[in-house]
Amino acid sequence: MLKLQGLNAWYGPSHVLQDISLEVKQGEIVCLIGRNGAGKTTTLKSVMGLLGKTSGSIRFDGQELSNQPAHSRYGLGLAYVPEERRIVPGLSVRDNLKLGLVASPDKHREAELIAHTAQVFPRLAERLDQMAITMSGGEQQMLAIARAMISSPRLIMLDEPSEGIMPVLVDEMFELFTSMKAQGTTILLVEQNVELALAIADHAYVLDQGTIVHHDTGKALLADVEIQERYCSV
Amino acid sequence: MAGLTLDLIGMQLFAGVALGAVYVLLAIGLSLIFGMLTVVNFAHGAFYMLGAYVGLWLMAHGGNFWLCLVLVPLVVGGIGLAVERVLIRPLYGRGIDYPLLLTFGLSYIIVELVRITFGKSGFPFDTPELLQGAVDIGVGYFPLYRLFVIGATAVILFGLWLFLERTSFGLIIRAGARDPLIVRVLGVNVAQVWLIVFGMGTAIAAFAGLLAAPLQGVIPEMGGTILAEAFVVTVVGGMGSLLGAVLAGILVGVVVSMTSLFAPEMAKVAIFALMALVLLIRPQGFFGRAGLMS
Ligand SMILES: Nc1ncnc2c1ncn2[C@@H]1O[C@H](COP(=O)(O)OP(=O)(O)O)[C@@H](O)[C@H]1O
Ligand SMILES: [Mg+2]
Repeated sequence: MLKLQGLNAWYGPSHVLQDISLEVKQGEIVCLIGRNGAGKTTTLKSVMGLLGKTSGSIRFDGQELSNQPAHSRYGLGLAYVPEERRIVPGLSVRDNLKLGLVASPDKHREAELIAHTAQVFPRLAERLDQMAITMSGGEQQMLAIARAMISSPRLIMLDEPSEGIMPVLVDEMFELFTSMKAQGTTILLVEQNVELALAIADHAYVLDQGTIVHHDTGKALLADVEIQERYCSV
Repeated sequence: MAGLTLDLIGMQLFAGVALGAVYVLLAIGLSLIFGMLTVVNFAHGAFYMLGAYVGLWLMAHGGNFWLCLVLVPLVVGGIGLAVERVLIRPLYGRGIDYPLLLTFGLSYIIVELVRITFGKSGFPFDTPELLQGAVDIGVGYFPLYRLFVIGATAVILFGLWLFLERTSFGLIIRAGARDPLIVRVLGVNVAQVWLIVFGMGTAIAAFAGLLAAPLQGVIPEMGGTILAEAFVVTVVGGMGSLLGAVLAGILVGVVVSMTSLFAPEMAKVAIFALMALVLLIRPQGFFGRAGLMS
């Protein structure tokens, strides 16, 4: 469904990603791990079209994305929840959710989709008219995920969703990922919470200094303590 | 001070609100453009002036004032679209000073072109017949046209409020002013939104220029002074805040109007004194976010 081949990326003069190739198949959870600064965020940003300079191929459903502007990638069914969550201050929870729909506004379906989202995310249901910024970090993260999911994307990319969140909510979140997968959403997950992530991942890639150094099934990597220690421990 | 009655003060208060209405219209455009695009638009006064001249031209070619109210914002808004698309867009991402200098230069070019086309001297602008005369507002007879200016401004503000609060595009503007990246990631072509916002801002400036024309006549330099005052309004209200622009606009109008009652020569100075005072107490203005410019 998503296939990167020979992806390179630069921030100004610094060459951050070198020949990244990876594949996310339809209906899978694929996990991207590696220590801080390895290039995980940069990989997701490249797929979303947010970097100035990249080379190589990014194919989504067989369609080449490299020359598509960032905003049209969302319309193709590719959603992205950035690391900083980016809940918009000054907007209610409801308006933040609506933002997920503004690219193709449909007033009739809007209410229905918000109601549906509230069912899937009961924590948000009680707070729809609250200012989003007053919620806890975990709730804001749920909102960021809900906002990206409201338009039913086919693939969602999540950047360290469990970072800085209470353990209870982290478990809830990983259950959510499993059920999102069961509903047919494909997931590309970047996580520091390596064990939890590998436990739900079909496949996993290990990034180090901008290159992919290892690739295996989630299960196999979960058992491979040596690799985990070498590339993921802080 | 013998003639100073409560009625007179009441009248002057109304006159201040009418003056403030014009400030408000200019300041919301400035604020909208700054809030979304981080462009400090020094050509805003020139668009205001163009509004008056386009109105003058339309009236001389058989148009009437009511038609002008619709056509002037469309024509000048169209010019604004072209300016953003061709001149300002290449400067995004280069820092705040590039578009500032560009629009500064552009304002001189526009004023000079108007001087060449229409001459250096000004023109009177007739108050539309329907709006001539005065009406009793309780404290005295108030010029009907000024009431119309207040009313028209209220209508524009209400329309803008509905647009921002009730439409998808309005939601994009509210969110995009805070975080352009997230709206982009959620599928919005931000460049197009900026274009439209710039066009809207210039259209409202032109509308303000047309409204002001019957009050003070039309001259090529009319945009310059009022732009400085409108900047004061946006700074007092808080850069990027629309509510701030509205409240500060009315406040500045009333302060000017009241000062001219007591000490006419101090009226324009009072604006800047007010700004200094507000900035001392609250550097980000009434509703501005602290650290917006850093
Ligand atoms: N905006 C930026 N400008 C310059 N270098 C950056 C920027 N963002 C990240 N980098 C660098 O790129 C490398 C990869 O960063 P990133 O993709 O954020 O890593 P990760 O998400 O795996 O922690 C790091 O060396 C980091 O310092
Ligand atoms: Mg990261």
